[in-house]
Amino acid sequence: MDQGLLERLRERLDGDGREPVFAHGLLVVQLPREALLDTVKLLKDAFGFDLFLDVTAIDWPQREPRFDVVYHFYSTRDHVRVRLKTTVTMADPVVDSLLDHYGSAHFMERECHDMFGIVFRGNADLRPILLYEGFEGHPLRKDYPKEREQPLVRYRE
Amino acid sequence: MNQVHEKSSAFEYLTTRKDDLVGWARKFSIFPYPFVTACCAMEFMSVSSTMYDTDRFGAALPRFSPRQSDLLMVVGTITHKQAPILKKVYEQMCEPKWVMAFGVCATSGGFYQNYAALQGIDKIIPVDVYIPGCPPRPESVIDGIMQLQDKIANASHPIINEKF
Repeated sequence: MDQGLLERLRERLDGDGREPVFAHGLLVVQLPREALLDTVKLLKDAFGFDLFLDVTAIDWPQREPRFDVVYHFYSTRDHVRVRLKTTVTMADPVVDSLLDHYGSAHFMERECHDMFGIVFRGNADLRPILLYEGFEGHPLRKDYPKEREQPLVRYRE
Repeated sequence: MNQVHEKSSAFEYLTTRKDDLVGWARKFSIFPYPFVTACCAMEFMSVSSTMYDTDRFGAALPRFSPRQSDLLMVVGTITHKQAPILKKVYEQMCEPKWVMAFGVCATSGGFYQNYAALQGIDKIIPVDVYIPGCPPRPESVIDGIMQLQDKIANASHPIINEKF
């Protein structure tokens, strides 16, 4: 693993409201959602993070803003990972879509929309991917009751 | 007189009950349809191959069309998204048909209770035999098959109408 590269990246990303720190050997960048697209573009074009691994969210019911949206990127050239974290509120759970930079964002953003109700601006196709049409709510939010079922087939008597 | 038609020995006639005869025939020709969705599939492979060999019970030949099968083996977790498919497969099977819930997930949802998992397939289709275990031991499955055979042997088997 190229620690020098991560150190250069950390210095380059400092500022613009971004807070890059090392946590458990991984570069973690907390950033405002407005800086997301610029940061991703920089990661991809200038630092070679060519693989978009995942986007997911974390629900903090007691906290405002309520959601963390977490991205992971990987460089197949340098074999290093980086994590981006941004926050959105319950009232406005919107972040920019990464579709322009990574095609694989399409499915991953749909899944994140299924589970947490995060809206990705620029991704026009946020149909259910793991859930089904007609499913109400977002099951990985902490306020979704665990025993709530939404069956598609009518139960037998 | 033709030699072939000559009565030459005992056991020219055999008397039995119709239900016993049909039940005896049916219980040794269970063609299973494996509806396999999850990790229980490993035990299904184990129980159906050499070591435990469900062929001994006449239940060896998996039919991959529900129209040709008698026993719907539901092996693994069924989600709400899959439930309409399972229901359709069940409805496509010809009578007489039986259903086996293989493992705790198919039986009751198992340790899944969340937005996704159906809490037992008997919420949507009737089940004849339940096999507990996560996954069940092959011996449990064989026990389940034998219990199903007893059930078939002791059942009424209408072949023309409900009286015969």
